[in-house]
Amino acid sequence: MSPGKAARVLPTLLKVGFLEAVAYRAELLVWVLSTTMPLIMLALWSAVAREAPVGRFGQADFVAYFLATFIVRQLTGAWVAWQMNFEVRQGTLGMRLLRPIHPFLSYAAENVAALPMRLIVAVPVAVVGLLLVGWGRITHDPALWGIWCMAMLGGWLITFLANLLIGCLALYIDSSEKFMGIWLALFFVFSGYMVPIELFPHGIRTIAGWLPFQYQIGFPVELMTSAIGRGQALSMLARQWGWVAMFAGFVTLLWRGGLRRFAAYGG
Amino acid sequence: MQYRYDFLIDGLIEAFWIVTALVPIFVVFRTTKMLAGWSFGEALMVIGWFTLLQAILEGAINPSLTAVVEHIRKGTLDFVLLKPADAQFLVSTAKFQPWRSLNVLTALGIFAYSFHLLGTSPSAKGLAEAFALLCTATVLLYSLWILTVSAAFYVVKVDNLTYFFESIFDAARWPSSVFRGILHIVFTFVIPLALMTTFPAQAMLGKLSPSTFITAVCGAAVFAVLARLMWLQSIGKYTSASS
Repeated sequence: MSPGKAARVLPTLLKVGFLEAVAYRAELLVWVLSTTMPLIMLALWSAVAREAPVGRFGQADFVAYFLATFIVRQLTGAWVAWQMNFEVRQGTLGMRLLRPIHPFLSYAAENVAALPMRLIVAVPVAVVGLLLVGWGRITHDPALWGIWCMAMLGGWLITFLANLLIGCLALYIDSSEKFMGIWLALFFVFSGYMVPIELFPHGIRTIAGWLPFQYQIGFPVELMTSAIGRGQALSMLARQWGWVAMFAGFVTLLWRGGLRRFAAYGG
Repeated sequence: MQYRYDFLIDGLIEAFWIVTALVPIFVVFRTTKMLAGWSFGEALMVIGWFTLLQAILEGAINPSLTAVVEHIRKGTLDFVLLKPADAQFLVSTAKFQPWRSLNVLTALGIFAYSFHLLGTSPSAKGLAEAFALLCTATVLLYSLWILTVSAAFYVVKVDNLTYFFESIFDAARWPSSVFRGILHIVFTFVIPLALMTTFPAQAMLGKLSPSTFITAVCGAAVFAVLARLMWLQSIGKYTSASS
């Protein structure tokens, strides 16, 4: 499909996705309310920091860190792995394949289109967070905010492509939802979602450095809370996009091979 | 054996999640000796209770929850309601997956380890109180579950209710004194997570005052009655999906 055609259908796809998000707003709300973990971790770490600061983190730093975590998670969400598993099992993936647009594009549009609804939740949290911790805790450097935008896009792409990768696995083994479970468990530990990565012991920090997870949450959060400078930010951005490229390559391979095996049961 | 890869991976995931659950506590106690008045061994006890209740949740409660939500969406709940027995009883005993409760053993292991760390052993009174609180905790967990199912009558497309339920329950992993202000009140009185993990852990350590114990038992009873009323209210609103 030509890029021009893709650009023409994209607004419609986004609109459909948005309307879907509005139609199932109760479900979306349940999802949003389910991401309470940063807030629980916030309470936990504030309790720790109440007596003495941990590393460079005082209570207010933890508030800034975990509210930023909440916002980043809300805005970089994707759930294609479950969607694809469902569609492969039901055979409805066949319908998607019949449409004259690439399934990846329609999945991406559906996932991105839920963003306005998620912003409704994320923006108030951001405002409350700002009021609580003040301007001083977040970065003032416009260049860093520019990098942050790229980092958010990169973070979303890693989440989305990892989801697609696991979704494509379903074409080979019927159900790959459990792989998503493993991915999520690793994600919770190594992304900085539960514990800021710099608080880990040295060994785990090194492992986290080699994994893609910290580029999903930790990196954008550290940019927002001015934990890293320009030079380091740029090198991390490069590594993040390296992961994006790698995931994209694997997804393409798995998808091509898997499609040949897909038999569209039922449908 | 239809989804055999799933089956093989199940055990692996279980191990992963147990490690994931323990990571924050290890990191926290690397930096501090006491967390809101709890030492490492004591906080581990709370995690043990959390693991125990989670095993009950996954073995006995979640499978039925998934079944009811499916019933409501497809309209097949009619058949359950038509049966000449109490519907609440029927839906909550629909499905058990005992082998998912293997985590009970993990919980017992954690208890043993934390007593080893503390260098004490539980008293008979403490154990008796803890067992009584285990019963009330199960009642509470079940009541919360009934409340969640009642919500399914109002918002029908909720495949993720189990997920929602678990993410709230997740807060029970920590001693309730970690939470301050509004959250403390919410987790003690509105969603009584403190009654489920913190109080039993305190009982086992012999640190629970008799008045707190009695209040906890009465509170659980009140909560169960409220959940029952809510269930009756929402089943009255049920209008069936298909037929």
